Amino acid sequence: MPEHDVKDVRDVRDTVINYHDGTSRKAIVLDREVPYPEGKLIVSRTDTQGVITHANQAFVEMSGYTEDELIGANHYILRHPDMPSVAFAGLWETIEAGNKWHGYVKNLRKDGAYYWVKATVIPNIRNGVVVGYTSVRRKPSRSKVSESEALYKTLS
Amino acid sequence: MTLNLTVSPDFAPDHISGWFIFNTWLQRQLGTGVHLELYDCFDTQRKDIKSGKFDLVYANPFDASMLVRELGFKALVRPISKPDETIIATHKDAAIQSVEDLKPGATLVTTDDPDVNRIGMIMLEPADLDASNTETLAVDSYVIVAKNVLNQDADVGFFLKDAYDELSDLIKNQMKILVSSEISVVHHTLLLSPKLQKYASTIQQRLIKMMDDEKGRSVLESMNLLGWEAMTEEETEFMIDLIDTLIDE
Repeated sequence: MPEHDVKDVRDVRDTVINYHDGTSRKAIVLDREVPYPEGKLIVSRTDTQGVITHANQAFVEMSGYTEDELIGANHYILRHPDMPSVAFAGLWETIEAGNKWHGYVKNLRKDGAYYWVKATVIPNIRNGVVVGYTSVRRKPSRSKVSESEALYKTLS
Repeated sequence: MTLNLTVSPDFAPDHISGWFIFNTWLQRQLGTGVHLELYDCFDTQRKDIKSGKFDLVYANPFDASMLVRELGFKALVRPISKPDETIIATHKDAAIQSVEDLKPGATLVTTDDPDVNRIGMIMLEPADLDASNTETLAVDSYVIVAKNVLNQDADVGFFLKDAYDELSDLIKNQMKILVSSEISVVHHTLLLSPKLQKYASTIQQRLIKMMDDEKGRSVLESMNLLGWEAMTEEETEFMIDLIDTLIDE
């Protein structure tokens, strides 16, 4: 068992996370927040199906995955079970219509800890066609995180 | 034919002569006239760019977005290892230790540099601050931003990191940095107008090779640049998409 699991053993949840495409995975979820790094932006790009095609260094560091593990994976591997699926349904509806989406998101790290972000996702339009999406995450305020936590509990 | 060149007004005053030396170098390389026009105001420059006055623009990332998406310019090159980063600094004796210590009503001193101001405001978001609950004092240069911070006429100042680094130690020693961005992928670009695209390859190649000879290197040094590297269309689009995500609408 990894060292952090031993330390935080009372807070460990074994959770099965179901995704919209019918797949699922078993994940360890820890009640441990990793602070958002000062001054950084987490940047990723996906294809139109949500498969990651680009990850910057801040994304690699915060997610806990290697770049090789991220590229080719679906972005939903970051999805925390505390996030209501309706939030992501709204995201996809917005970006598939060609619009920009903003929201506060609790992300799940590979090690089971979590981090909050203010996320913006935009469609990448080339010659009039959506070829993928760019997602940029930045440091959220604690008041917005508290508001979002309260809201998401009512939606889960 | 004379090419009309302009440069984003956010470089340090020490490098004005460097851009004129570059202008002469470029004329010799291309065998054609190049006319350089410099501005001290972003808005005035933007109006002239939109009116079609310029063929070649060394643009900050936010203006690059407008040049590519609205005016059909194409990015040729970017400066090597010179990302645009932003610093928020305060007086060294201020009680503020982090951005989160700032309260509504905080006073900011800034230039009219659009990318620094946008990224600066993003870095204030963790304190729940935005344009509606802060007061902004806009000044003409980063030296004046620093002067206002030292006089404690504002709680914090926004700086382009390059400009901050070039302030004297005497000034920097009287300030403390609250946050410095580490975005890495947002940078200036040199863009060519759509009507001159037939020259794109020649200009791009000359600029990329500029660091290969002593004369070119000395011109680059006078502009505080290491060299140029090619920008592909997709790299430009990627940067513009990223900038789009930073603009709240």
